[in-house]
Amino acid sequence: MCGIVGLYLKNRALEPQLGALFEPMLLEMTQRGPDSTGFAVYRDPAPVGQLKLVLQHPDPAFDWALVAAALGAQFAVDVALRVHHTHCLLRLSVSEAALRRYLVEQAPAYAVVSIGQHIEIYKEVGLPLAVAVAFGLRGMQGSHAIGHTRMATESAVTTAGSHPFSTGSDLCLVHNGSLSNHNRLRRKLEKAGAVFRTENDSEVAAKYLDVQMQHGATLSEALTQALVDLDGFYTFTIGTSDGFAVLRDPIACKPAVMAETDDWVAMASEYRALARLPGVKQARLWEPEPATVYVWGGAAGAAPLN
Amino acid sequence: MSTEQIFDLGQCTVRELNQALHDFNGHRAGPHFRVRNAQGDHALAVGIAAPLSVDIEGHVGYYCAGMNQHATVTIHGNAGTGLAENIMSGVVRVKGNASQAAAATGRGGLVVIEGDAAARCGISMKGVDIVVQGSVGHMSGFMAQRGRLVVCGNAGAALGDSLYEAEIYVRGTVADLGADCIEKELTAAQIVALNTLLEQAGVSAKAADFKRFGSARQLYHFNIDHADAY
Repeated sequence: MCGIVGLYLKNRALEPQLGALFEPMLLEMTQRGPDSTGFAVYRDPAPVGQLKLVLQHPDPAFDWALVAAALGAQFAVDVALRVHHTHCLLRLSVSEAALRRYLVEQAPAYAVVSIGQHIEIYKEVGLPLAVAVAFGLRGMQGSHAIGHTRMATESAVTTAGSHPFSTGSDLCLVHNGSLSNHNRLRRKLEKAGAVFRTENDSEVAAKYLDVQMQHGATLSEALTQALVDLDGFYTFTIGTSDGFAVLRDPIACKPAVMAETDDWVAMASEYRALARLPGVKQARLWEPEPATVYVWGGAAGAAPLN
Repeated sequence: MSTEQIFDLGQCTVRELNQALHDFNGHRAGPHFRVRNAQGDHALAVGIAAPLSVDIEGHVGYYCAGMNQHATVTIHGNAGTGLAENIMSGVVRVKGNASQAAAATGRGGLVVIEGDAAARCGISMKGVDIVVQGSVGHMSGFMAQRGRLVVCGNAGAALGDSLYEAEIYVRGTVADLGADCIEKELTAAQIVALNTLLEQAGVSAKAADFKRFGSARQLYHFNIDHADAY
């Protein structure tokens, strides 16, 4: 059991309230996943040529200024830095490929949590309330957010093993379920050059989608192919820089409920997480069909209410 | 008895509520229970065995009104997975939607869902009557053995897969039928019985507008001529 939630704002006027709307959704899923909690917020995009980098170190007193200085010296750029609890958000003008290469070569003491122009991921071991408060989720604004409360099954209870998983620029994935062919898929992706940070099956799914999209697939096409290539139980919620998607396996045992109004689209493991959203009583409410790709925004364009 | 007991789940625990309900188990009557402030709590009003009436205000989580006997439980909101699981008798009504596996394995009584029911509604039902005013999700009526599943809207994929002797009625469209489930003739006697059930459920639909589905009896039937092969 795990809890997953996602909120995609269609009405930009709601963006200042993203964190305030999203935090209660995440907290409502506490019983489903008390081991660790994480969320991705898409906000405050970096200008073209610049990247947002979120790093993590277990020691809240870790010297991030030193890391920023090293990055600045390496790429001869200014590095802006903001510390959030055990995480640090850095902004710098650098190519993603060069940055990733550097981070692999350095094998640093800190962990790389997310890289992109829009995405920021914060995740820690602990109850949802503690994690949300530690990172100030409630006050965050943005266009969409995806969260996860974890009851660990496939790998250890660690920050690295917490969701969301992001392996490529701006894409992240949360997963309720367990994949049964992730080892084989991992080896296949590794042969093609993929680098994994954990033993977690969900990281393989994130990387898989990432690779599909790097080869030119849209989010919708990548998910359609995932139905063929991924085996196991899953309800996924996926975020991209401007897209939001939900996918359930062909059996669809892992719960999911969705609601949509003119202002927002939301998904959750249980309806209780949606119950406080404004206008939910008038929302279109449904449980996503098995083996069916649901996508909003992104290359597919905003999907209509139907 | 016209008294009313009020439980506010903001003030008391699910365990306290269920214990208060169980205190009447085996009684022939009891007060009316009103449960306020349900916010998706699991296992509410499970295991009642008395003709109580219970109104739950708000949304309920998993397994609400499971194993119900004799009681009338009304949920003024949406219900999570496993609503009225293994219901024995009585009536469970949801004003909103029900999630997966509503009335699973139910042996008797009536479950009314005024909105939609999700996947696997009535899975392995064994005698319960289920009336859904909206639509049902995929694999509804899977391995259903006895009872009636009535769907006023549409049915998702693989309806009635591996069906035994339950009767399935659908007014709208069926995405597709599961293994060994076929459309069958709707007899005059079944129309009369279905109209009675719809009336009982408080649903204004005409039985004649429904199609009936049942088992082709090719999959489960034990054939004595083949006993040597088993």
